[in-house]
Amino acid sequence: MDDSDLARLRACPHCDALYRLPELAPRERADCARCGATLIAPQVRAFSRSFALAITALILMAGAVFGPFLDLSTAGMQSRASVLDAIEAFSDGVMFPLSLAVGALIVVIPALRLALIAYTLGPMLRGGAPWPRAGQAFRLAEQLKPWSMAEIFLIGVAVALVKVAGLATVHPGIAFWALCLLVLVTVLQDTSMDKETVWHAIETRRGKPDGSFGAAERPTAATPAMAKRA
Amino acid sequence: MTLHAAPGTARAAGLVACRSCGRVYGPDRDSCLRCGAALHSRMPGSLQRVWAWWFAGLIVYIPANIYPMLITRTIAYDSEATILAGVVELAGHGDYGVAGIVFFASIMIPLSKFIAIAYLALSIGRSGGARGAMDEHRQHRLHTVVEFIGRWSMIDVFVVAILASLVQFDAIATINPGIAAVSFALSVAFTMLSAQSFDPRLIWDED
Repeated sequence: MDDSDLARLRACPHCDALYRLPELAPRERADCARCGATLIAPQVRAFSRSFALAITALILMAGAVFGPFLDLSTAGMQSRASVLDAIEAFSDGVMFPLSLAVGALIVVIPALRLALIAYTLGPMLRGGAPWPRAGQAFRLAEQLKPWSMAEIFLIGVAVALVKVAGLATVHPGIAFWALCLLVLVTVLQDTSMDKETVWHAIETRRGKPDGSFGAAERPTAATPAMAKRA
Repeated sequence: MTLHAAPGTARAAGLVACRSCGRVYGPDRDSCLRCGAALHSRMPGSLQRVWAWWFAGLIVYIPANIYPMLITRTIAYDSEATILAGVVELAGHGDYGVAGIVFFASIMIPLSKFIAIAYLALSIGRSGGARGAMDEHRQHRLHTVVEFIGRWSMIDVFVVAILASLVQFDAIATINPGIAAVSFALSVAFTMLSAQSFDPRLIWDED
């Protein structure tokens, strides 16, 4: 078997089951027969949608970090906290590394993921070739997914608000709503990402400035055997 | 749609699959053409890494439960609350829903994660047919759930961060983080790494 045959095979990353690449229409989905993991889920206008969502999320992230987040008032006293203040909560003494970690988990890593996705998809939006190391960038974005915890932070905020509810009145600021939207957009982005199409484009458009497909590389054209095992 | 028929594996076909993008190669390649990931039919030393992170996570989980998570100072009283005491306090105020969330995220998830990962690693380590009580499908499902849910334990660390930054009314009431926040965060990170080190393809191997 030479590499052009191998290029039409895919293995389930979770259980190693081997398949011939099926031909799927957009919004169809191919699941692994053995472990049930979703392997391929093509989307309409996959690149422009994911790119737009990533840029939107990045803008919301800026609003969430720098805007006023929560306003607390009790007995005539006021206190306000931004997301940056929450990150700096541990910055005294020995707990300083935890501040860095919290900052990484709720701001740096989510923002980095979005930037990596934008870097990967941006140049390919109009059928162009990917920028250097786009494959590595996209893989890093995938690997960082479990460490991107903006949505967990949001639940943490909700729990904290319940805890102080008896003590003081809380007014959410613009950054709070930005964070809510950010979580929503990120979930949309993660569930609508058409990874196989991205990987395929990275592989086949590399080194071709116009991004045109060679005959042998045209996706799925040579694989009529749909949903068959290899 | 579900891809049909009982499939063979890349390994059985003498091939190596990329674990991050699913592309398949002959046995001679060492990195993936599309994503640059190192290619291994099975992650080398997977179980050793699982156990190393597992024990690291267990060790730091102990101080996380003994030392205070939250230090509250008000005019009326000072209190140092551990993770469990925080849950009890919430329940005492009648906030059962939130108490339930924190109890689940900070106590139930970490404990069941230790048990689940140990169970998976032990049942892989065993050779031959004795695979433990669960079949491959259930073990795989268990691993998926552990990977998905483990990160949510971080909630309590964030709660502490927000409270400590918000409640700073100098003379009247202040809340500060306790040292348990550090060890708890480490414990969550270590067990996440433990679950990630586990190569789920091992579950399905015959030998």
